[in-house]
Amino acid sequence: MALVEIRDVHKSFQRDTQKIDVFTGLDIDFAEGSFTALMGPSGSGKSTLLNLVAGLDRPTQGTIAVAGSPVSAMRASELAPWRAQHVGFVFQSYNLLPVLTASQNVELPLLLAPLSKKDRQERVKLALDIVGLGDRADHFPRQLSGGQEQRVSIARAIVADPTLILLDEPTGQLDGKSSQEVLALLQRLNAEFKKTIIMVTHDAHAAEKAKTTLHLEKGDLIEKRPSGAMAAL
Amino acid sequence: MRFLPLVLANLRRHKWRSVLTTLSVALALFLFASLRSVVTTLDANSRFGAANRMIVQNATGIVFPLPMSYAARLQATPGVEAVTWANWFGGRYGDGKRFFANFAVDPESYLRMYPEMVIPEDQKQAFIRERTAAVVGKRLLEVFGWRVGQDVTLQGTIFPGDWTFTIRGVYTPSNRSIGDDAMMFHYDYLYERFQNRVTPGWFVLRIADPGRSATVAKTIDDGFRNSSDPTKTGTERAFQAGFMTMWGNVRLLMGTIGTAVVFAILMVTGNAMMMSARERTGEVAVLKTIGFTDRTLFVLVMIEAALIAGTGAFMGLGGARALYGLADTNVLGFLPGFHVSDGTLVFGSGIAVLLAVASGVVPAWRAARLPVVQALRKVE
Repeated sequence: MALVEIRDVHKSFQRDTQKIDVFTGLDIDFAEGSFTALMGPSGSGKSTLLNLVAGLDRPTQGTIAVAGSPVSAMRASELAPWRAQHVGFVFQSYNLLPVLTASQNVELPLLLAPLSKKDRQERVKLALDIVGLGDRADHFPRQLSGGQEQRVSIARAIVADPTLILLDEPTGQLDGKSSQEVLALLQRLNAEFKKTIIMVTHDAHAAEKAKTTLHLEKGDLIEKRPSGAMAAL
Repeated sequence: MRFLPLVLANLRRHKWRSVLTTLSVALALFLFASLRSVVTTLDANSRFGAANRMIVQNATGIVFPLPMSYAARLQATPGVEAVTWANWFGGRYGDGKRFFANFAVDPESYLRMYPEMVIPEDQKQAFIRERTAAVVGKRLLEVFGWRVGQDVTLQGTIFPGDWTFTIRGVYTPSNRSIGDDAMMFHYDYLYERFQNRVTPGWFVLRIADPGRSATVAKTIDDGFRNSSDPTKTGTERAFQAGFMTMWGNVRLLMGTIGTAVVFAILMVTGNAMMMSARERTGEVAVLKTIGFTDRTLFVLVMIEAALIAGTGAFMGLGGARALYGLADTNVLGFLPGFHVSDGTLVFGSGIAVLLAVASGVVPAWRAARLPVVQALRKVE
């Protein structure tokens, strides 16, 4: 069953007088519980697709639905609370707030939910334990390594128990060992916690950890295949 | 409340900038409270004058004296019940750094005229009996550590020489129009040493019917119109109010300075808030991605501005109130009862609210309207 349904999506940008078409009638489904790597050269529309699915941007034409919610038709005031509840977002450069501790950063999405302080603290602790940073709760981002920062960022993405986790180049700034740890964590989230994951990456090794890899080029889906490791299973 | 740690963390981001911005708001509102209190205290004091007392001064100005012979003519004016007189002495004590008012007065008639000067009866009689005696305000006694019976020597400025007085009484004012840090001594003592140069500086009248003060004033001034020293007569309240004009246009001056200070601080605070918001463009985009609504972000930035303005207002206005209250400030004896009024606190708090809104609304609006995709492109 498709969790994310993208139907006949067009997206174009206006740059000065020039109109740039990113998508011209894109159709993709992302199944519930899938772990998909989105690959493609720069400018192929990977991040734009992620933004559209997260409701951060709107298609020029077409529809996008996530778990039955018509994301592309929602008003801005509806999208923010929807995102807080249903989407976890992980950035390439972590984007933790430097003035907050790891636990405070993870707690941010929960501030928007009607939870007591005790409930929030329990969930934060659980999320940090899942990413293996329970003992770093009171550390500020500057006191953490890049890999640890990204794991805190993932904890922030999962703490509200979202339906969908979107990652934009999550290993782009990490060394090999940290990348492996983060990818292993994502696999665990997908396998153990049944999270649907869409990950934009340039890294073929990272893509191999996903169940499915989609190749985009100039806004068109040119290939969809099972990822290497998964295909071998 | 749940967002408070986030707001406080943002304020701690550039600790010194937040501290200095808050201090500048505090200083501005402290200055505002101080300047406005000069005006409100003068206003309040001008309303304290007794309705049944009138002041007769030289029409040319308060610094020009009047002939002593006027006393009898004033006493004979219909509607006048009592007359007394006083003379500004202008003596200095010690190194002269601590100024206080000192007058030569006719003791018996002056104390009858001013029942608000509360003096124990035995001290009052001692003062009246002894020609070199003086009475001093309670605060003055405390400031200099004087005691009753002590000899005190003033250096004359208008009337040169050393003038030694024996403190025989201490008065406590029963209302705020009478300062409690003045000294009064015998007019006769001054007259003895400077017969040719001393005449009363002004006369004080008590009238039978305050409702006829205008008629009494006209009668007196008309009577002296063609004399060598024409008079200007008015109620004590009008005299007190007129005293304000001796300061120049205090209201305009204080108002202009106060407005300039507040406006300057608005610029400083606004600039600090704008810088802070600009630095956090990426973080605002991240918060929006997480699910923070435009309204929530608007409110969070406004709360930051409000915390800075509110803390500054608490420190500045509260500090002024506490400082002037504890120090019992009297501004060199010219402003008895000087204090920061409740009205000034309310006005200052209003300015703080305006400051918060004016400095916070632009960065808050920008944060709320930030296009998240473009902002993310910059930070990613």
